[in-house]
Amino acid sequence: MHILQLVGIGLTATALAAVLRQQAQPFAMLVGMLAGVVLLLAVVDNFAGVVRSISDLANAAKVDHAFLETVLKIIGIAYIVEFAAQIARDAGEGALAGKIELAGKVGIVVLAVPIMTDVVQSLVHLLP
Amino acid sequence: MTPEVRAVFQIAGIGFLVAILHTILKQSGKEEFAHWAALAGFVAVFIIVIGWVDHLYRDIETVFLRQ
Repeated sequence: MHILQLVGIGLTATALAAVLRQQAQPFAMLVGMLAGVVLLLAVVDNFAGVVRSISDLANAAKVDHAFLETVLKIIGIAYIVEFAAQIARDAGEGALAGKIELAGKVGIVVLAVPIMTDVVQSLVHLLP
Repeated sequence: MTPEVRAVFQIAGIGFLVAILHTILKQSGKEEFAHWAALAGFVAVFIIVIGWVDHLYRDIETVFLRQ
């Protein structure tokens, strides 16, 4: 989708949510949530091509495919967690947003541990 | 107008309608009806939004998690 369209959707949803916040607060939150979903959907569709070219580059450089997969998974987790945490913060639930972010951080650490152990093992091999 | 944008306007419209209905019912002295109407509207809109969030999750999964 065109960037101007995306910004227009964002501005329109902002105006609608600002008016709804006075009349019916839960609906303002839902309008904001749906607008976020729409924007992320458009962005994610564009990102598929980027991911494909990165994986082509990794194939050309003969990088282990598991590493690239882990990095992409971490990027995906970051996307979803940021989205959810911002919605929670928008609805006035700052503590809940912090917990969502904590869950995302733990998930990222769990995914990153195999890579870290690989690095440490390579270092141990290098040592005499 | 794509279906996503239409859904945004739909939800805003339902929100306005529910707000108006809430005010009218409250003015005519039917407080409990007003609350139930607001709750029903919220649930209906929430179901729509959940469908779109599901769509987004599936898209993110296909892009990032399954090569």
